[in-house]
Amino acid sequence: MLTDFVPLFLMIAMALGLAMSLLKLAEWLGPKRPRAIKASAYESGMDPVGTARDRYSVKFYLVGMIFIVFDVEIVFMYPWAVSFRHFLANGGGLGSLAVISVFVVILLVGLLYDIKKGGLDWD
Amino acid sequence: MLETFLFFLFAIVAVVGALGMLIARNPVSSALWMIMTLFSIACLYITLNAEFIGVIQVLVYAGAIMVLFLFVIMLLNLESMPSLGDLDWRKVVAFALGIAVLAQLLVVISLKLDVMPEPVAIAEAADATSATNIGIALLTEHSFSLEIIGVLLLAATVGAVMLAKKRFV
Repeated sequence: MLTDFVPLFLMIAMALGLAMSLLKLAEWLGPKRPRAIKASAYESGMDPVGTARDRYSVKFYLVGMIFIVFDVEIVFMYPWAVSFRHFLANGGGLGSLAVISVFVVILLVGLLYDIKKGGLDWD
Repeated sequence: MLETFLFFLFAIVAVVGALGMLIARNPVSSALWMIMTLFSIACLYITLNAEFIGVIQVLVYAGAIMVLFLFVIMLLNLESMPSLGDLDWRKVVAFALGIAVLAQLLVVISLKLDVMPEPVAIAEAADATSATNIGIALLTEHSFSLEIIGVLLLAATVGAVMLAKKRFV
């Protein structure tokens, strides 16, 4: 029930609190003496030219789409991972492993296709 | 007591995140505010004993859907942002009123047709939607559907690669 999740909420609260307080502390304690050159994007480098919104490679699209597909795969593997002990205790552990293995193998075909087509090559 | 406190805490955080998303001038900041809203909605699901939905909310919405959002932000040229002053308030009010009338109509119609779902006891609902029971159903009676979903995801992968790599075929 809900009380089971109090540690989770505590962890989220502590992680958020730690991250935000560290950022705020650094902003508050750190000395800041900005000058025009210090505030530029690349302090001792070249000044940026033109806009950052340019045409960009289709590789980002491929990686993003593959990430989404495998993220959705995780959604189906999570109930399996949670219920696996139940299957072990009541028999059918191998059966459930077989079902999820077929599922993973089907998706592995997609990953192999992607690798073979060079979808994950980065140059 | 604890439930009420957590509900109001996460509800306020969700509303603050949604307001921040609307007010932020930078589209990427808007996306980050939206992640805050999605996280607090996941926490609200957990306080409602729907922990599976909560986990999926974080996995799919805060993970995958946000990637899509950032993608669209990168694709679109968002240099000329409309400001709050340009908003036509008459349109906003008309839209809100339209939604309100539609909601009333739907409630009245569903009450008349008697299709509102019956409330279930909390323990029963929490048990039916726990990840363990979903897993048991998914791997026994719905195992064939699971494999079909695998094929669908395979088709999505192949489609994405085909779209991007067309000229190399």
